[in-house]
Formats: sequence, structure tokens, C-alpha cells
Amino acid sequence: MSQGMTVKNLFAWYGSQPVLKGINLTILPNQVTAIIGPSGCGKSTFVRVLNRLHETIPGARVAGQVYLGEKDIYAPGVDPVLVRRKIGMVFQKPNPFPTMSIFENVAAGLRLNGFARGRLNEQVEKSLKLAALWDEVAQRLDQSGVALSGGQQQRLCLARALAVSPEVLLMDEPASALDPAATLKIEDLIRQLKSEYTIVIVTHNMQQAARVADQTAFFLNGELVEYGPTAELFTRPKDQRTEDYITGRFG
Amino acid sequence: MSIRSCGAFRKVVLMLFRTYLFRKITDAFITALMLLAVVTALIPLVSILWHTFRQGWSTMNWSFFTHLPKPVGEPGGGIANALVGSGLLILLASAIGIPFGVLVGIYLAEFNPRGLGTAVRFTNDVLTGIPSIVTGMFVYALLVVTMGGFSALAGGVALGLLMIPTVTRSTEEMLKMVPQSLREASLALGATPTQTILRVVLPAALPGILTGIMLAVARVAGETAPLLFTAFGNRFWSLRLDQPIAALPLQIFTYAISPYRDWQNQAWGAALVLVGLVLVLNVFAGLAYSRASRFRR
Repeated sequence: MSQGMTVKNLFAWYGSQPVLKGINLTILPNQVTAIIGPSGCGKSTFVRVLNRLHETIPGARVAGQVYLGEKDIYAPGVDPVLVRRKIGMVFQKPNPFPTMSIFENVAAGLRLNGFARGRLNEQVEKSLKLAALWDEVAQRLDQSGVALSGGQQQRLCLARALAVSPEVLLMDEPASALDPAATLKIEDLIRQLKSEYTIVIVTHNMQQAARVADQTAFFLNGELVEYGPTAELFTRPKDQRTEDYITGRFG
Repeated sequence: MSIRSCGAFRKVVLMLFRTYLFRKITDAFITALMLLAVVTALIPLVSILWHTFRQGWSTMNWSFFTHLPKPVGEPGGGIANALVGSGLLILLASAIGIPFGVLVGIYLAEFNPRGLGTAVRFTNDVLTGIPSIVTGMFVYALLVVTMGGFSALAGGVALGLLMIPTVTRSTEEMLKMVPQSLREASLALGATPTQTILRVVLPAALPGILTGIMLAVARVAGETAPLLFTAFGNRFWSLRLDQPIAALPLQIFTYAISPYRDWQNQAWGAALVLVGLVLVLNVFAGLAYSRASRFRR
């Protein structure tokens, strides 16, 4: 079982430009939470705040608390490196390490943590199976990671993220660069993975949110407008802006 | 044609010229101009190579490469000690130029603190433009005077100082070309910034960095001015770091300005060898780069 996350009074800036304004949100463990909203509403920034990646951008700032379980990951003295080992991320554009083979890509995170050399094979196989990629690459683990198709590369990135056994998996529009067949595969994987991980997925595709997510949050201009079970949000939205967005009046 | 239709005809013709045909002609003209510029730029380069080849080819034989220089008046002799000396100087220069250049390049590309980064980058850019003879004078004051004589070490240090700014700049440029998404992917796995640089960014930029190093070596191999009063040159075998040492450019200098025909021929021969070395390094650098980056994105 993995932990959930709680966000309290979160603000974020790029320089002097505010991007997130007073977000309060609870991400339930072992569930899929989707973040939807129009371009520029702050959903990608929100997710990057969750694994302390936002602060790596020069001039970026965060205020507020973000709890993984009971611990505030922004408390002074907390090492962001350790936070990121518990909270993994898959990006919009697949980004396997180009100088490494498929095996080395999946093992990359493990090697950083000083994983025992002997057990690497086993863990790499397990992660590739979790990402439904094992059958396709088992015979060519030493080939370059970039020689795969887009969908395969994204699953490789997923295997890489899962290999370090995070508690939470963040996915920033993971299927938007993929063709429909690959997208469906990713969505299937998300449904399977939630029993082991807490998943947060950013998507600009509302139908995708409806397909995979248990909870959905609607962001607009840096604010959290509405948050609730997916079915309710889409059929009986409480806020007028939510209704306008899901019926396509804007966005 | 009546006068009225003349006017209309003229208008049509003018319109035509301002559109399709005129643009086509202008296009062809500018392209021809550019080709002419390319040919003009290539002429001196090709003629230098050709002339060097023609003049130096006659001295190419086995003894040229394996013998020491002979005293004035005696025919024959070779550049063996200059070849070895240049090799040693390049090795010394690389031992200084590569580590410092690459490390400063990494610092500028990956850490880039606000004030210091700008200052370092500016200083580096200024240093790339410092005349090499000034660097030679600096090393003269620093090493030759304190050591009491010319030395291979001084020559190597002078060349190394010349290498650092070039390698720094090319390393920084190559690292900047690595997409930010790779760094983020590494950080998201829980890697420290240092691990990210060493295991992900540096390997990705390596072909370009190596090319930059090879080009810096090629440049430094032919530098003469700083060696004039650091390595000084030597007519005998020497591998000692605290003694003057022979070098190809120095040998060329000494022979080319001499009044002896035999020596002047040998200068051409040595020049051909030097040009050949630089050419090979450049070609090799280009090949290695394209081969290594074939499968990278």
C-alpha cells in the first residue's frame, strides 16, 4: 500500500509571476487522480511541485505545505533528492537516456541507489513486465533505448520510474505524444498500476480523465476550481466554470 | 496597338517583372554570387595546401622522419626530434587544457551562478582572444625566469593555457545542447545534480566535447610564437621537462628564415607534416562526431 498526498495552501511562482494560488487538495492513496484544465492553468506546475522539480528552474519559488503521508516534503532540512526517490515522474515527451541501452535505462535509478549488482536483472525484468514492455524487448535489452517506437519509449520511461519502487507516480500528459493505440496501452497500464501506486495524471483530454481517473481536479488560472469523484465532476459539476469547461465552452 | 492598350500592357509587364520572373532572376543571381564567394574563399585554402604539398613532397623519405637535424652545410637530416618534441608538448598541454577546460565548461553550463557565471564566461571569452605570444611572455616570466632556462615544461604550460579557453567554450556549448528533459528525467529518478551531470548529461554531450578537444589540439599543435621563448627549440634529442625541446613549428621557423636552400626545403617538408597532422585531426574529429552521434537524438 502506498501513501497519499495532501496539499495545503500551496502557492508557486516563476520569478514574480504567480502560477498556483492557494491550492488545497488531498490525493487519495492507491487511486488515480486526474488534473484537468485549459493550457496555462498550472496543472503541469502543480505536478512538478509535488516531486520538488519545480524549484530546479532558476527563479522558481514555492510556498505552502505538501505532505507525503504525514511528512511535509517542503519542511526545512528535507532533501529533495530523497523526496524524488519516493515520488516518480513520467513526462509528456518520452525521454529515455540516449547513451544507455534498454537495460541500463531501467537500471539507471537502481544504480543510483546502490542496488546490489546481482539483483539488477531481476528488478529490471520485473519493472519491464509491470510496464508491459518485457515481451517486446526481452531479446534486445542491450540495444539503445532510443531505437524504440514512441509508445515503447514511453513504457520504457514508465519502467524506469517504477524500478525504484516509488510510492507515488506522477504522469504529465503521458500519452499526448503517442498514437491512439499506444495511448490505450498506457491507460490500461494506469488502471493496473493503481493497486500498487498512487497515481496523479495531468491530461488535457477530458475523455481520458473520464476513462482512467477515480478523482478529478479542475484547475483554472492557477486555482483549484473543483475536485471530486470523476463521475460526479463530469455529470453534476458544482461550479459553473467547471461545467463551461467540460461542455467545451472554452479551453 | 492603340495608346491606351500600350499603357495597360506596360502595367502588366511591370507586374510580371515584380512577381515571378524578377524573383527568379534575382534568386539565380544571388545564388551565383554566393557560389562565387565560396570559390573565392576556397582558393587561398586550396592553394596553401597544394603549394605546401608540392614544395614539401620532395623531402618526404624515411630518413626525414627518423633523423636528427644536421649541422649547416651537411646535407640530409630530419625532424625526428621535432616530431617527438611536438608530441610531448601536446601531451603536456592536453594534461592542463583538457581537465581545466572541461571542468570549467561543466561549471558554466550546469551550475551557472548569477554573478560568477557571467564573470567567468566573460573572462574566458577574452582569454580566447589573447595573442598567443602574450601567453608565451607570461609563461616566460612565470617559469623560464624562475627555472633559469627554457624548458619543455614551460612550452607545455604555455600551450595548455592556450587550450583552456577553447575547450571551455566548446564544452559549454555542447552541454547546453543536451535537452533539459534528460536532466529532468534523471532528477525525477532521485539523482543528485552531480550524478545527473556525470551519468546522463556528460555522456550525452561526449562526442561534441571530444571533437572540441581534438580541434583545440589541432590549433595548439601549430602554435609557434609562445614556443619561441618557452620551449625554445633543440637540435638534439631531449625528453627532459626542464630542458629546451624541439617542436615542429619551431623547426619550420628556424629553417624557413635561414639562407640555406637545403634547410628551406626541409622547412617545407616539416610544414607539410604539420598541415597533414592538423588535417588528419580535423577529419578524424568530424568523423568521430558523426559516428558517435548517429543514434542520439
